[in-house]
Amino acid sequence: MPLALLLSVAGCSRSSGDAPPDGMVTLLNVSYDPTRELYEDLNAAFAKHWAATRGQQVSIQQSHGGSGKQARSVIEGLRADVVTLALAYDVDMLHEKAQLLPADWQARLPHNSAPYTSTIVFVVRQGNPKAIRDWDDLVREDVTVITPNPKTSGGARWNYLAAWGQALRVEGGSEARAQAYVEKLFRNVPVLDSGARGATTTFAERGLGDVLLAWENEAFLLTREVGQARFEVVIPSVSILAEPPVAVVDHNVDRKGTRAVAEAYLAYLYSDEGQETAARHHFRPRSEVVAARHASDFPGLKRLTLAEVAGDWRRAQATHFADGGLFDRIYAPRAD
Amino acid sequence: MSRPTRHRVLPGFRLSLGFSWFYLGLIVLIPLSSLFLRTFSLSWEEFWGTVTTPRALAAYRLSFGASLAAALANVVFGLLVAWVLVRYRFPGRDVLESLVDLPFALPTAVAGLTLTTLFSSKGWYGQYLEALGLKVAYTSVGVAIALTFIGLPFVVRTVQPVLEDIDVDVEEAAATLGASPWQTFRRVLFPALFPALLSGFTLAFARALGEYGSVVFISGNMPLRTEIVPLLIITRLEQYDYAGATAIAIVMLGASFSLLLAVNLLHRWSQRRLEARPGA
Repeated sequence: MPLALLLSVAGCSRSSGDAPPDGMVTLLNVSYDPTRELYEDLNAAFAKHWAATRGQQVSIQQSHGGSGKQARSVIEGLRADVVTLALAYDVDMLHEKAQLLPADWQARLPHNSAPYTSTIVFVVRQGNPKAIRDWDDLVREDVTVITPNPKTSGGARWNYLAAWGQALRVEGGSEARAQAYVEKLFRNVPVLDSGARGATTTFAERGLGDVLLAWENEAFLLTREVGQARFEVVIPSVSILAEPPVAVVDHNVDRKGTRAVAEAYLAYLYSDEGQETAARHHFRPRSEVVAARHASDFPGLKRLTLAEVAGDWRRAQATHFADGGLFDRIYAPRAD
Repeated sequence: MSRPTRHRVLPGFRLSLGFSWFYLGLIVLIPLSSLFLRTFSLSWEEFWGTVTTPRALAAYRLSFGASLAAALANVVFGLLVAWVLVRYRFPGRDVLESLVDLPFALPTAVAGLTLTTLFSSKGWYGQYLEALGLKVAYTSVGVAIALTFIGLPFVVRTVQPVLEDIDVDVEEAAATLGASPWQTFRRVLFPALFPALLSGFTLAFARALGEYGSVVFISGNMPLRTEIVPLLIITRLEQYDYAGATAIAIVMLGASFSLLLAVNLLHRWSQRRLEARPGA
């Protein structure tokens, strides 16, 4: 009985991905948490676009969660046609752990395969009672900072690297200064949530902390759509150029016969309509035309690239987030 | 327990036993042994290094300590709730009866979110507790409270049927022989309830050890202070460190299994003592 059950469950999942006879095609987009609203919009628009140009019905399923957890699901067999994750490192793992796509996946689409970008900004309470303007304010003794745990959250890794990078690249910055800065910063963090949405809840609903480090799109979602007149966005002078990448999962699309539509779907993200939708959801568009139209929505700030801050993801991971890395040393038991 | 039964409803002992082994093998043994296979990529030194980092040790202490505290609290208050449900008839009893099961049915993440909202410094309970200098959310106390919440039904539901089987006559008989209420409880009721209490304790304790969803919200997840073992395992997985995650999982598995085995033996021993008692 349980065996029969297992077999029937396995059977179900096998047949669900194949193209049903009526010519309808189904794509699975495995993404991370803050893109939920964006892709709801984009998927509907792309389905319309695909039906109009190719005359084929397409239905796109979305799966959201922590970026690393999502990548692991795909490695372990979730048959994603495309992944749209928070970090290139998570997509790299699809190659390294399971050979689901080639090593040079990031060169296959324009702009490092990131059709939209984001950055890390501050959210403070209404009226900015602690007068938080820039990074230096975050390490003041009277300020508490909310950020998720870089070990479990892709967004938190961007937070951490933004903090690290500005201390490293500021006038007179150095590795030692950067290390001292992030140590001081994390001593001001009272709670380490496991994901970005969890940290937002801690800050917004529990009333904990004076400032929240957040994705720019999450910050605007919070101030404009959720907690109107309860929060303000503070744009620091320097932050990081966060590039959430997208990729076709070759192994899966070839087995399912969905390569053409999966590639068109990602290309659509770069189209004018795609860029416009991204901008509406507070992701910074790559298209200069669309960016110009939304210039007032995206405050100017200097954004350091990952290469300037930490080299590449492999090095960032090894230096900062791996076991015994710099982040662990912040919490290492001290002699005192 | 192992007494042969004369009337067998299920077909044949061998078939039933064979099926039991097959079933448990399929859904428990094979998945767990695959866990062991995963750590084979680690050398013994690497394994030992992974499972004895200060962070891991702090997490074991918190997980086992808070689970123990929660299970003990549930033994005391679960017994009380079971007693009230069995011995009294009162309006609202059905509601109370269903309330007991709620932690079983509720997704633990919802429980965690709700408890955190209540106990955070702006919450209904939290604001007063904090005024008294007691911080619950984001401390080990919060962890123990979440674990108490999810463990409650186990004690109530294991003690209740045993309590129902003990006639009020027994208490009355003890009273007519001059026993005080405390003596009646200690000498008459407690020995009969002990095996059930122990089972309830074990179940609540085991459940708490593996709990993740309700705890991650209220614990604050601070390394070395409020990090539970299941979170540490997830953290390893988030770094694609499968071998490290399973190494810690195996320590948990070994510790939990030995504890459960020990408690089961104790349970068997106390049951035998109970059956051997004259007049029982």
